[in-house]
Amino acid sequence: MEDKTKDIIVCRCEEVTMGEVREWIAKGYDTFDELKRLLRVGMGPCQGRGCREIIMREISRAKGIPMAEVEPGTFRPPVKPVKLGVLAKGGDN
Amino acid sequence: MTWKTTAEAVVIGGGINGVSVAYNLAKLGMKDVVVLEKNTVCSGSTGRCGAGIRAQWGTEMNCRFGLACVQKFEQLSEELGMDVGLNQSGYLMVAYHQSEFEQLQKNVALQNSLGYMTKIVSHDEAREICPGVAVDDAIGFTFNHRDGHADPFLTTFAYQEAGKRLGVTFHKHTEVTGIKVKSDKVAGVTTTRGDIDAPIVINAAGPYSQFVAKMAGVEIPNYSERHEIIITEPVEPGVCPPMLMSFSGNYYLQQRPHGSIIGGCSPEGHPADFTLGATWDFLEHMSRVFTKLLPRAKGIRVVRQWSGLYNMTPDRQPIICEADNVKGFYLTCGYSGHGFMFGPVTGEALAQHIILGKSDIPIDMLHYRRFAEGKLLIEPAVV
Repeated sequence: MEDKTKDIIVCRCEEVTMGEVREWIAKGYDTFDELKRLLRVGMGPCQGRGCREIIMREISRAKGIPMAEVEPGTFRPPVKPVKLGVLAKGGDN
Repeated sequence: MTWKTTAEAVVIGGGINGVSVAYNLAKLGMKDVVVLEKNTVCSGSTGRCGAGIRAQWGTEMNCRFGLACVQKFEQLSEELGMDVGLNQSGYLMVAYHQSEFEQLQKNVALQNSLGYMTKIVSHDEAREICPGVAVDDAIGFTFNHRDGHADPFLTTFAYQEAGKRLGVTFHKHTEVTGIKVKSDKVAGVTTTRGDIDAPIVINAAGPYSQFVAKMAGVEIPNYSERHEIIITEPVEPGVCPPMLMSFSGNYYLQQRPHGSIIGGCSPEGHPADFTLGATWDFLEHMSRVFTKLLPRAKGIRVVRQWSGLYNMTPDRQPIICEADNVKGFYLTCGYSGHGFMFGPVTGEALAQHIILGKSDIPIDMLHYRRFAEGKLLIEPAVV
């Protein structure tokens, strides 16, 4: 039977599908950071707020390990997107 | 991945230079090549780099390397069977001082003599190449449209996938803890997962290469310094089409095909403590540089900042050679911020050197012996 979940967009910022995520996990790219570097999941404006848990769950399922043992990957500043013009004014304002 | 206790060659480090040399060894017929990476492939300096590719250099050797790299990248997606994200939108070099502009002009003459047709461009031409750029305070520019950048992740993974097809084994989360040497010859490595015996061991450990060299009793003068970088949200193309680069202005800035704009500079004080943090000072400084050069970018948001380590040598040129006192132990390190662009060519050259005894592009002058002999190869064109 055709897998209908494969076309689901798991990362909306970068338009990455469940099928792509599963394909690359199967090739051995089975950490969040590797998938991020390969597919850009978590690199968009939301910085992984939408996709991180979904992808971690896929990794957990593929590797047969509990969610608690899946590394969440790196979180980078500034956490929330900030305008260059605001940053350029500095911290005193 | 099953663990084998022997190999023909062990490569330490899963960055661009490690995967490139491993792939090229396999391509030249070596059957049993193993790459050991302490974290995951492309998690270190390669995955953190600014991704530029250029042949606008100031020494003949680097112009030749740079041109070979541009040519290599132009056909790399085809060779590796995977898109490496090459985008040739040129480097616009910006000079703010007379002496700097004179040096750039000398570089252009050298590049042109070697067949790389870089041009000196006017303020008006610079504004055409990069609409909206604020460079009234600059005094001159050079531009070459064949320079550009590629995606470091896709490039490294393309090498990994092509290497796997040729039989290369990749072990991630595997740290080398020692190098076995027997009567002046390398005999293998010890790792956090077990030993591998091999007659050839290659040190491609990037910022940690001086420590890996020491494991084999080889002293190299490399040190590692932290450089920071920011990237914005993706926006419409055309905000900063070429790589804007200035040595005295101390910046590089470019929009990627994806739409995000990436920018970095050489840090003050060159922190060399092996930490990989991100600082507020850099974020503020880089945002000022960014909005001064591209005033209309002030409403664009920064989404991420990070840092990576440059593995530096005293003359800011790499070390590519076999160790003097340990036969079979090779080094490919010290790229001083240019490992990503050089890796595809230097990995091939080192593989040719190992298997054929000579390489298409000469690498003999890159032995670490040059530091003791005082034969440094100083490059003027470095950010």
